[in-house]
Amino acid sequence: MWRNTENGYGLIAILFHWLVAAAVVALFALGLWMVDLTYYDDWYLRAPHIHKGVGVLLFLVLAVRLAWRLIDPPPPPEPGLSRLERGASTLVQGLLYLLLFATALSGYLISTADGRPVDVFGIFTLPATLSGLPNQADTAGDLHLAMAIAVIVLAALHALAALKHHFIDRDRTLRRMLGR
Amino acid sequence: MKLSDLRALTLTASLVLPGLALAAPERYVIDTEGAHAFVQFRIKHLGYSWLYGRFNDFGGTFTYDEDDPSSSQIKVDIKTASLDSNHAERDKHLRGSDFLAVDKHPTATFRSTSYKETGFNKAVMQGELTLKGVTRPITIEVQKIGSGPDPWGGYRRGFEGRTEFALKDFGIDYNLGPASREVEMILSVEGIRQ
Repeated sequence: MWRNTENGYGLIAILFHWLVAAAVVALFALGLWMVDLTYYDDWYLRAPHIHKGVGVLLFLVLAVRLAWRLIDPPPPPEPGLSRLERGASTLVQGLLYLLLFATALSGYLISTADGRPVDVFGIFTLPATLSGLPNQADTAGDLHLAMAIAVIVLAALHALAALKHHFIDRDRTLRRMLGR
Repeated sequence: MKLSDLRALTLTASLVLPGLALAAPERYVIDTEGAHAFVQFRIKHLGYSWLYGRFNDFGGTFTYDEDDPSSSQIKVDIKTASLDSNHAERDKHLRGSDFLAVDKHPTATFRSTSYKETGFNKAVMQGELTLKGVTRPITIEVQKIGSGPDPWGGYRRGFEGRTEFALKDFGIDYNLGPASREVEMILSVEGIRQ
């Protein structure tokens, strides 16, 4: 139930997957929305504060998720997948992990470019480490946006592939991640 | 020409020329290398306090003629991306398209058009400021701070200028609130005579 089996994902892996998926989509929307807020908007200070706090927590969740993946390896792919399908899905999922970590890191480098820490909902503050690099905030900002867009594009591919397995191939790929 | 005439001419020239050299306008390079010059701004935050910032990368030259101060001139080029208000996220916003659009407009320039001394150590300078691609005349209230030899064999002269203008005049219309439409510039300049 909690752990993965030969036939499907366990509850922990499923919760991790959908928690990260929801957080990533929410952060992307929030991020795009907040940068165009006007100065007198109620959300001008709050939205970036939430974006950063959730971003830091997401980074931690991803790290724990990856560690859990080592302890509890995912089930093998559904039978009947071609080598291309298996290769492509592994590549997309690997890239998603990589880009999610890199996106979080680049966001952290914007906020800490002048040595200021990042406050995470008043629970703790994440101190700056790398700061004062030439043009740090701008470069990290450009990378943050570009990688966030790449994450969403890959996630969309990942979701489309899951839907294709569900509706066209009619295999259990998507249902496994829904706990069925 | 006889040798003695030539000698006389040289003698005359050597007597007259130093006088001429003294009367010529002195040329100064703004001492950005030693950071004895500052391009600063301040703008009200919500109308409750002053926010200060500066441009760290700029350079320029000026001339000054003690015998004819009105012939004095200055030109300054400012790298807009060097904006520094001691907050990386704010500076990023200010460099972006809401404010200075430094990618499109990397340099701001000031060229004086007139300089008039109006009282003891006081002067008014007119000039053209180009900011975010918009060129407009501005007036700078100038205070002469001092001049003289420095301890290392050079000669220096310094001024402080103040001016203010509406951000909207230079195409910056991001709404910072009714108290924050105007920005003040405080320009502290020390030149080393060349």
